[in-house]
Amino acid sequence: MVDLNISQNRAQSRQYFGRCNWLVILCWLILFLYLSYVFSLFELTTERFLIGLDNGAKFLGRMIPPNFSRHELLIEGLVESLQIGIIATAAGVLLSLPLGFLAARNLMPIWVTWFARGIIVLCRSFHPVIVAILFVKAVGFGALAGVLALIVASIGFIAKLFAEAVEEISLKQIEAIRSTGASFSNIILIGVLPQVMGRFIGFASYQLDSNLRNSTMVGLVGAGGIGGTLFAAFQRFDYDFVAAILLSIVAVIMVGEGINNVVRRIYR
Amino acid sequence: MINLSVNTEERRWSRFTLTEKLIRFVFYVAILSSIIVSIRTIQVIPEFLYDAPEQMADMLNRMWPPDLSYYPESIHEALLETIHIATLGTLLAVIFAIPIGVMVAENITPYKWLNWLSRLVLVSSRSINSLVWALLFVAVFGPGPLAGVFAIAFRSIGFVGKLFGEALEESHQGPIEALQATGASKLSIMFMGYWPQVLPTFWSVLLFRWDINIRESAVLGLVGAGGIGVSLSTALELFYWDRVCMVLISMLVVVATVEFLVTQIRKRII
Amino acid sequence: MSQTSDHQDQVKIQNMNRQLVIKNLRKEYVPGARVLDDLTVTMHAKDITAVIGPSGTGKSTLIRCINRLIDPTSGEIYFDGKDLSKLHGKQLRIARRHIGMVFQEYNLVERLTVMENVLSGRLGYVSAWRAWLRKFSTEDISAAFSLLEQVGMADFASQRADALSGGQRQRVSIARSLMQSPTILLADEPTSSLDPKTSVEILELMVNQAKSREIPVIINIHDVSLAQRFADRILGMSNGKIVFDGAPAELNDEHLKVIYGGESWLT
Repeated sequence: MVDLNISQNRAQSRQYFGRCNWLVILCWLILFLYLSYVFSLFELTTERFLIGLDNGAKFLGRMIPPNFSRHELLIEGLVESLQIGIIATAAGVLLSLPLGFLAARNLMPIWVTWFARGIIVLCRSFHPVIVAILFVKAVGFGALAGVLALIVASIGFIAKLFAEAVEEISLKQIEAIRSTGASFSNIILIGVLPQVMGRFIGFASYQLDSNLRNSTMVGLVGAGGIGGTLFAAFQRFDYDFVAAILLSIVAVIMVGEGINNVVRRIYR
Repeated sequence: MINLSVNTEERRWSRFTLTEKLIRFVFYVAILSSIIVSIRTIQVIPEFLYDAPEQMADMLNRMWPPDLSYYPESIHEALLETIHIATLGTLLAVIFAIPIGVMVAENITPYKWLNWLSRLVLVSSRSINSLVWALLFVAVFGPGPLAGVFAIAFRSIGFVGKLFGEALEESHQGPIEALQATGASKLSIMFMGYWPQVLPTFWSVLLFRWDINIRESAVLGLVGAGGIGVSLSTALELFYWDRVCMVLISMLVVVATVEFLVTQIRKRII
Repeated sequence: MSQTSDHQDQVKIQNMNRQLVIKNLRKEYVPGARVLDDLTVTMHAKDITAVIGPSGTGKSTLIRCINRLIDPTSGEIYFDGKDLSKLHGKQLRIARRHIGMVFQEYNLVERLTVMENVLSGRLGYVSAWRAWLRKFSTEDISAAFSLLEQVGMADFASQRADALSGGQRQRVSIARSLMQSPTILLADEPTSSLDPKTSVEILELMVNQAKSREIPVIINIHDVSLAQRFADRILGMSNGKIVFDGAPAELNDEHLKVIYGGESWLT
């Protein structure tokens, strides 16, 4: 009796594992074929790769030690990036709050939410760099283009997630507040906001962090900030200055993340 | 009977304690002052600001109608190249991100210095934009998609590694303990205890990052790292706005399709 | 002489105003399917009225039509000299200020503290600005503390609502509704989410508070024994109509069969 069960089990498990294995092998095969195709497409030969590694080593050598001698330029660039990041986040947050509410399907009529969501989707569609390029062409070089581009990016992120958070609230808590005879604004303030404020602050601080990162990059296309300094240094082959800039950027972002955590804790 | 006794002591209540109020006040002041300082010191030429709507309208005017012939001429191949860059870059990132993610998970790697070091690697990877990575790799490998692949990969390691490490740290210890009790080796515990638990998160993060990478790869060409950014860059430099518009439209279509695909895959498989 | 009779008249008028008069109340969610079928009933001041009946028979709809969380299709609801079913906008809000409601799932704002939840009973009276800054008057705050004591939750004033047990939440919910200085109290299955012992405590609390304020209470409840124990009057509903109206002592098995249909659940 027992023997029969074991051999049955073995046959069943072979069937099961056999089927699984077949699928897994197929996946690996597809992956292998894909990689070979792309490697040849990109002309990724081992020779090119080794030359690249060699270049890389030389490159690293020129970057170390990082050169902080031009620190006024560096600080100027960093400060401008900070300004861009802060203003863009502040404006983005201010605009996203009402826009997110307007896009919430449980609070607003359909045509209003379609309109609001349309704006949000438009803001999200393009990479911030591309938006920055367009703004540079429209309003000229400098920080203004950067700020506008990052405002667009912020709205695309915060308003979307905020709308989703509002749609997920419990309507029961609102029902109770309604029954006390509270006005519409009171219902929003006491019924809706406490439920979503925590998440909103989370989104806002995440976007501040993201904007600080992006503000270092929009300068590459002329939209102000340290990206411009970085690009110029690259073009002049000042790789040790490049290294200095990169290190400062990483440092600033780490500080930003630290502050981020503090904000989260304060606002529960 | 209603209690008619008079309560002589006035009881106070406020939403926050004094210390909380102070901290929040300091914070508001800090935020507000940083915003005001930024606005006052930022170098913006006001005339450009007022001019902006007119300039934008002019630009949009020049973009329409888009140059459809540009698509077969240059965009199609470039789009495919972009997708390949994104895919290859994501795969490459995963190869590095998994071991680093294991090293950063404090419940798996008990050595503090290793945790700290891998966290540093992940933070640096995330702090440097893919565009900046692209610049670096173009200087190393020369212009072309190879630089793009490495740029995407090095940027994604931070993202995937961080989320993977967090998933490992948050996995249930129950099955792990059970396996430990059987005397299994550390490696077996990894494969049979942790891996099956983090698998759904892993795929989810992978798909998410691939989606983001498609967007990122599209712009790498602006610094010469291949993909559709190159077509965009050429069109921009020559002021062919209708071609620029065509490129933007194609980007939109690709990004929308990829997002749709990813949402469908998420629904079915994860 | 005339003074006392004047005063008596006044009291009578006051009491009459505290009557809830429902006439031909009808509610159809889908045309033709009547959840409330031309209900007509008068509930007297100082009465504890329990509404019993199977699920889906319109008990909850009835309660919610009174404070217009649900709009009736037709009919009239007179209370305090006004037809509640015809009020809109600001008028409706003013009327709601004096109608307290206790819900089955407590419906507290989870992320706010007990104190903030109780004070939210005054939201019909404060402006948005003061609500946001949580600037309530000292009278309101004293009243809130006193109410918390009366419901036995004085020690929990600074705790977040989601840290409380079901019974504790319902107490806070009762305090909130009393904070409105209501002239009528509605309760929609206030004990359905609570264990038997807590259910009794909550109902005792509600009934005592209502009696001491001399306001009518209408309670939706599915536990018949609890209804009989605490109510002065029982309304049995079935299929949107009132099929029983009388004192708890008069409720017998025959009536229950009509209300609930079937016998198998009767012991």
